[in-house]
Amino acid sequence: MLAVSNLSAGYGSFQALFGVSLEVRAGEAVAVIGPNGAGKTTLLRAISKLIDASGGEITMEGTRLNELPAHEVIGRGIAHVPENRRLFSRLTVEENLRMGAFSSRKKFVERLRFVYGLFPRLEERRDQLAGTLSGGEQQMCAIARALMSGPKLLLLDEPSAGLAPVVVQSIFALVKRICAEGYTVLIVEQSVQQVLKVVDRAYLLETGRIRSSGAAAALAASGEIQRSYLGL
Amino acid sequence: MEIFDIFLLEAVVNGILLGGLLALLSLGLNLIFGVIDVVWICYAELIMIGMYAVFVLHTQYGWPLLPAMAAGVGVVAALGAALHQFVIRPVLTAEPINQLLVTGGMLFLLQAAATLAFGIDFRNLGVRMTPIVVGEMSISAPRVIAFAAALAGVAATWLLLTRTYVGIAIRAISQDRAIMPLMGVNPNRVFVVTSALGGALAGLGACLLVLQYDIHPAIGLTFGPIVFLICVLGGLGNMLGGLVASFIFAQFISVGGFFLHIEWGYVIAFAFFIAVMFWRPQGILGAK
Amino acid sequence: MKPLAWAGVALVAAVPFTGIGNYPLHLVIMCLLWAYVYTSWSIMGRLGMVSLGHGAFLGIGAYAVVMLWNHFGLSPWIGAPVAVLMSLALAVLIGLPCFRFRIVGHYFALVTLALSEVTRLVIVALRDYTGGSLGATPNTALAQGNPWSLAAVQFSDKWVWFYVILGFWLGGLWIWARLDRSMTRLALEAISQEEDAAASVGINVTRSKLFVTLISAAMTSVGGVLYAQYQLYINPETVSGIGISLQMVFGAIAGGMFVMLGPTVGAVITLLLQEGLRLALGDAFKQFPALDLAIYGLMLVLFIIYMPKGILGAALEWRARRHATPAVAPR
Repeated sequence: MLAVSNLSAGYGSFQALFGVSLEVRAGEAVAVIGPNGAGKTTLLRAISKLIDASGGEITMEGTRLNELPAHEVIGRGIAHVPENRRLFSRLTVEENLRMGAFSSRKKFVERLRFVYGLFPRLEERRDQLAGTLSGGEQQMCAIARALMSGPKLLLLDEPSAGLAPVVVQSIFALVKRICAEGYTVLIVEQSVQQVLKVVDRAYLLETGRIRSSGAAAALAASGEIQRSYLGL
Repeated sequence: MEIFDIFLLEAVVNGILLGGLLALLSLGLNLIFGVIDVVWICYAELIMIGMYAVFVLHTQYGWPLLPAMAAGVGVVAALGAALHQFVIRPVLTAEPINQLLVTGGMLFLLQAAATLAFGIDFRNLGVRMTPIVVGEMSISAPRVIAFAAALAGVAATWLLLTRTYVGIAIRAISQDRAIMPLMGVNPNRVFVVTSALGGALAGLGACLLVLQYDIHPAIGLTFGPIVFLICVLGGLGNMLGGLVASFIFAQFISVGGFFLHIEWGYVIAFAFFIAVMFWRPQGILGAK
Repeated sequence: MKPLAWAGVALVAAVPFTGIGNYPLHLVIMCLLWAYVYTSWSIMGRLGMVSLGHGAFLGIGAYAVVMLWNHFGLSPWIGAPVAVLMSLALAVLIGLPCFRFRIVGHYFALVTLALSEVTRLVIVALRDYTGGSLGATPNTALAQGNPWSLAAVQFSDKWVWFYVILGFWLGGLWIWARLDRSMTRLALEAISQEEDAAASVGINVTRSKLFVTLISAAMTSVGGVLYAQYQLYINPETVSGIGISLQMVFGAIAGGMFVMLGPTVGAVITLLLQEGLRLALGDAFKQFPALDLAIYGLMLVLFIIYMPKGILGAALEWRARRHATPAVAPR
């Protein structure tokens, strides 16, 4: 479904990604893990076109994304849940969800029903200002907002960041459920253990380059990850 | 003593009516600043153009008053959108002062264009309405109409911002501009729409002003600074604050002008503004 | 100073001897005067404090001297210091709270805008003394056959004014250069980039900003004094209010406010614009009032979009880039 080949990207004169290649097949759950500063967020932003690639190619279901303006990416079926959730804090939960459905307003009602089915807590809080939700609820809302566009591919940027361990568990349970619902997921994470239990495959990204990749269980067993995180 | 009180009451009532009008004017400016983060220094000049538009359509082309006003609103809305697209957009990522200056240039340009087109004579729409008499007070009818229309405009804007997708997008973009593309929203489009909306509010203000005052290319310089100060007083970008500040300011102008010469009323209002700046520089309802 | 600069000054100083007519000399004088005023503004502007209210100081300078002379017979030699003191007081009154409370950017610009408008309104409101919108003229001290009055600072020979204003123009440039080399300038650049960090390094933000503001205010009000004494006619719209305030900003920006001679270039441009149009259109100029204002505005818009550093600034930058060594790593 998603194919990234030889992608290079960065911010101004600072290059963060050097020739990264990966792919996500339909129905899969794939993780990109790596230590701080590896370029994981940059990778997702390059895919959703928040930043432009300086080299390489990104294709979604065969269509090239490189020349696409950022606001048309969602139309291709890619929804990005940004780092730190980035909810519209002075809008209500439901208004945030409405923004998520902006590109497909006709389907708003049915999607809302689906999303509230997945996240009953959000329905309870539908008229509450998003900024007043707890960390875990905000993450739920951010994911729900992305789902409102009816995407094929969901990009999750560090969903566990800044959340208490108990909450993190529930978030990953949620991710597992979303995968079970049939969504294709590309998840970027710093905390390794939990995410590898949820995904099928994983890539290890280190200082802008793919160090290794493979089935989640295999990668977890090898010592690669520890070495990478400890800088060995 | 009786007569004195009545005139004072009249001044207070006029102040309230003026406050409504100023509230409408400040709404447009606050909207633009709150959403796009730019101050249109030429905002009053946009209103001036709107006034001329209504004047020309009504007196030179013989349009009935209401269609002429509707067209006036449309003209200024289009002007606002064009202002953003061609003048503001290129400097949106530059220093904020550049945005102020570029609209300052537009101030000159619009004034000069109006002078070239219409000359420096004072024009008047020539609409006469009998004053409304309440008890012993005489209130000008256009003032009352302006107040009602202003309230309607504020209400309509509130509805737009809370009940429509466009409105929610406008509120959203003022909170987090960077992730709007992730919602499938082209930020520039929202800015242009917001600018058109701000222009429309200015245009409505123009329609209300043209009923009461003479038109001249430089009149923007008379009420422009007042509108800016009201917005800053209420907290730049804070629409509710602008409303509150409008009524306070209007009372100072009206009652101050009642006791002293009209200019002193303005001076007192301005002095009040500067005093508030020292006490609460972010504005009465501004966020720290 | 470089020898080229000295030659330039000598050239300018020789202008009255070239036999140019009275009107062209008047133009040069006004050009130098506005160059001085724009330079005064740019001292604040280039360090991140963009004021839209310098019309207040200009107006105070102009009206204080004229009013004190007309109503109290006080010579401008006394009136000018009074005007400067008033401007300084106003600058402190506004500047101290603004800087203490970190009022910057849009807010600061709009507060200063209020200032210039209040000044204009006060001048108009005091119409019994100032003549209101009709303006005012200093009473003449030039009796029959007496072309100069030092006490009243009135000279009917233009060349005297030329050298007076030339002197102030050079003085303004000197102050600009001194400030440029001072610690205050470095401090203010640090402040304009990251105020909190600057404060944490021990830079007294309020005092630095206030210092520059006071200098700028004093210089500008002296400009107002010169204007009043030379033109012998002032009115609230031309020396105070938002119109003249914006004109100052435009003049400094068009020429380039980060460069010493930038504001001077801006004054030249403004002058060329006005006179050029007058020459080109001849009588038609009267039929197209405000055409210079239109082009003014258009130029300001275009300049900000395409040449935010002004003509001189952009030219210097272009020259610097051409001479840059390739070994320098790009930023």
